[in-house]
Amino acid sequence: MARISVQEAVFDLAAESAALAVGRADVGGMASFVGICRADDGIAAMVLEHYPGMTEKALAGIAAEAERRWPLTGCTVIHRVGRLEPGAPIVLVLTASAHRSAALESCAFLIDWLKTGAPFWKREEFADGTTRWVEARAEDEAATSRW
Amino acid sequence: MRILYFAWVRQKVGIAEEALSPPAEVRDVAGLMHWLAARSPRHAEAFAQPRQIRAAVNQEFAQPESLVAANDEIAFFPPVTGG
Repeated sequence: MARISVQEAVFDLAAESAALAVGRADVGGMASFVGICRADDGIAAMVLEHYPGMTEKALAGIAAEAERRWPLTGCTVIHRVGRLEPGAPIVLVLTASAHRSAALESCAFLIDWLKTGAPFWKREEFADGTTRWVEARAEDEAATSRW
Repeated sequence: MRILYFAWVRQKVGIAEEALSPPAEVRDVAGLMHWLAARSPRHAEAFAQPRQIRAAVNQEFAQPESLVAANDEIAFFPPVTGG
């Protein structure tokens, strides 16, 4: 069972990694992806909203698909919501397995699928107070369909 | 029927959710969008370009032809941009 969390608080990669290894001897490697808020076009902040209830279900479904495809010993997906400034971590995907290929591949799969398969929306805030919704990118659809 | 709006769909409609009872001829997501668009000028603006809007029925992603029923939770939103 994957650990899924949608939260405003920042996450701790070291603590999350330790949690997937503690008390077990079958973990041969972990892969992690941390998405960070960029300062594209001089944005002051990114505001993330989501669909409470559906988001957790969608993330759990994507994680279950990863666990079906790869022999994982652990899987953690944490997505932040609320107002995040440039440099702030947005999302963590962490996978553990006996071998590196399963960990690396499933980690890439999870972030690709998360981008198109979980109900989050980003709004960019600028210093002058104006805002702009981020538009979905065709490249993200293509990245999802490669799996 | 519980209708939820997210992101710019919510901003355009002006409310986050509403409880509605569409007539029986509203059978699917596309039909519901068409019916909602006629409710107010704000709804009309939000649903002006249905192809830019995605939907979920009972918290599962849905298609325009997905069926809707009286007790369903239906959500409308732009393509997702998380990650």
